[in-house]
Amino acid sequence: MIANAFAIGRQRRVLPGFGLSLGISLTFVSLILLLPLTSLVGQLSQLSWSQYWFLINDPRLLASYAVTLLGAGVAALFNAAFGLLMAWVLVRYDFPGKRLVDALMDLPFALPTAVAGVTLATLYSNNGWVGRLLEPLGISVAYTWVGIALAMAFTSIPFVVRTVQPVLEDLPAEVDEAAVTLGARDGHAFRRVILPHLWPALVTGTGLAFVRSLGEFGAVIFIAGGKPYETEITSLMIFVKLQEYDYAGASAVASIVLATSLILLLAINLWQGRFIKRLHGGRP
Amino acid sequence: MIRIGDAPAVRRVLIGTALVLTALFLLLPLVAIFAQALMSGLDVYWQNLSDQYTLAAIGLTLLVTLATVPINLVFGVFLAWLVTRFDFPGRRLLQTLIDIPFAVSPVVAGLVYLLLYGRNGWLGGWLDAHDIQIMFAWPGIVLATIFVTCPFVARELIPLMQAQGAREEEAAVTLGASGWTIFRRVTLPKIRHALFYGVILTNARAVGEFGAVSVVAGAIRGETNTLPLQVEQLYQDYNTVGAFTSASLLALLALLALLTLAAKAALEWRAARRENAS
Repeated sequence: MIANAFAIGRQRRVLPGFGLSLGISLTFVSLILLLPLTSLVGQLSQLSWSQYWFLINDPRLLASYAVTLLGAGVAALFNAAFGLLMAWVLVRYDFPGKRLVDALMDLPFALPTAVAGVTLATLYSNNGWVGRLLEPLGISVAYTWVGIALAMAFTSIPFVVRTVQPVLEDLPAEVDEAAVTLGARDGHAFRRVILPHLWPALVTGTGLAFVRSLGEFGAVIFIAGGKPYETEITSLMIFVKLQEYDYAGASAVASIVLATSLILLLAINLWQGRFIKRLHGGRP
Repeated sequence: MIRIGDAPAVRRVLIGTALVLTALFLLLPLVAIFAQALMSGLDVYWQNLSDQYTLAAIGLTLLVTLATVPINLVFGVFLAWLVTRFDFPGRRLLQTLIDIPFAVSPVVAGLVYLLLYGRNGWLGGWLDAHDIQIMFAWPGIVLATIFVTCPFVARELIPLMQAQGAREEEAAVTLGASGWTIFRRVTLPKIRHALFYGVILTNARAVGEFGAVSVVAGAIRGETNTLPLQVEQLYQDYNTVGAFTSASLLALLALLALLTLAAKAALEWRAARRENAS
């Protein structure tokens, strides 16, 4: 396949650097990505199907899948709403401190996840700044699934904002002018006229936030507390198994996590491709 | 011109909600980091900062970042050039492959490196026999960090270079420019901003990577603790002020990255306005 690729590159290409960039990229991808991932496959191939099934079907693990999915789902939904609001406010309105708010949106990408984790755990624990206010109301965030969802929501804030914002910026003013002059009320006009344009970006951003939340580790473990069957996320289960030198078990769980993220990522890419095709009148 | 949501009441409610939520979810945690770090006063802060293990963690974090960012920068540029300027079988597959680190949990990233280079791993025996230690030492931390941060530069560049097309580069070729000249004089000026953004993101993730590094580092105090691992260890030791002192350094770096991006955006905005005016 590679030799074939070279031939095609020589035949048709005017630009230089095909061989060099192919060489560097393939070397890098093989050494950094494929070789380590093959070792996972190798580890798994030593297991029989029944052993594998037994390892991934442990009740404590099943509970961790449930709480991870729940947390990531809630976090993604929160971010869909919050991200849409922030993108709208940052694009459509002017107010003092707007640039600062805009810059703050990237904080969760720039701040190390472990720092976010210890900070949220401290803020929302029963004697923390926020936890202290919530405790009399009977709401506990730290060491419950709510805390997990909160930490996941924090680390994935930029996804929806940053995918919706550019689309909203490019939307011509005539789009809403027409709706408003025709007498549509705000809420109605937004749903019927603006939202259809934002839909692909919103779904992509929410999907990415969900995938990221499923795999989040550093930000979640501190506020989750890791109570078996209750607040153990799947990444933590892998980590715990590794500390017990249970490499087979850790690999089996990792294969589930890896497969889930890849399928979701592929689905997001396909969905995005379909929309781009439709927008450009059938041409990719 | 009338636009949706322009009524003063709607405007006020939406801006108000946005600001309150931003303050609660983003500003409050940021303030809390520094408040906790300075809780016992500046003297204690300095003392914690000049602790030998914290200094060692700062040094290791710098080393890892300095090793990771240039490698991923070079790889990202070559990969973006490859997939946006040439058509070849397997192009799509290559693009999907580099998304893997982005999608996968960092703990899984650490695990695959442990399986490869660990004592019982595929290469473990050979490495042991030659007295080369990769796991639980800095080379393992660097490798895991490269894995986790490799998509960022390429992901910023690919959509942009795809949209820009190759026409200008092709024109340069017909005028007889060499590959390096084309890249430096034609391509680089067009991708400068995206490249910068990609490097800042790579840098931020490299400094702060936790999940993957905590698997491969083994957390040996003063030897394999990066700053984020140091934060975790002090926090588990109930040394809250110490943990937040290290955390405040990382938060400062994050703020620096955000300010750089904001300043750059402001400059571009001003330049664009000047261009429109003239």
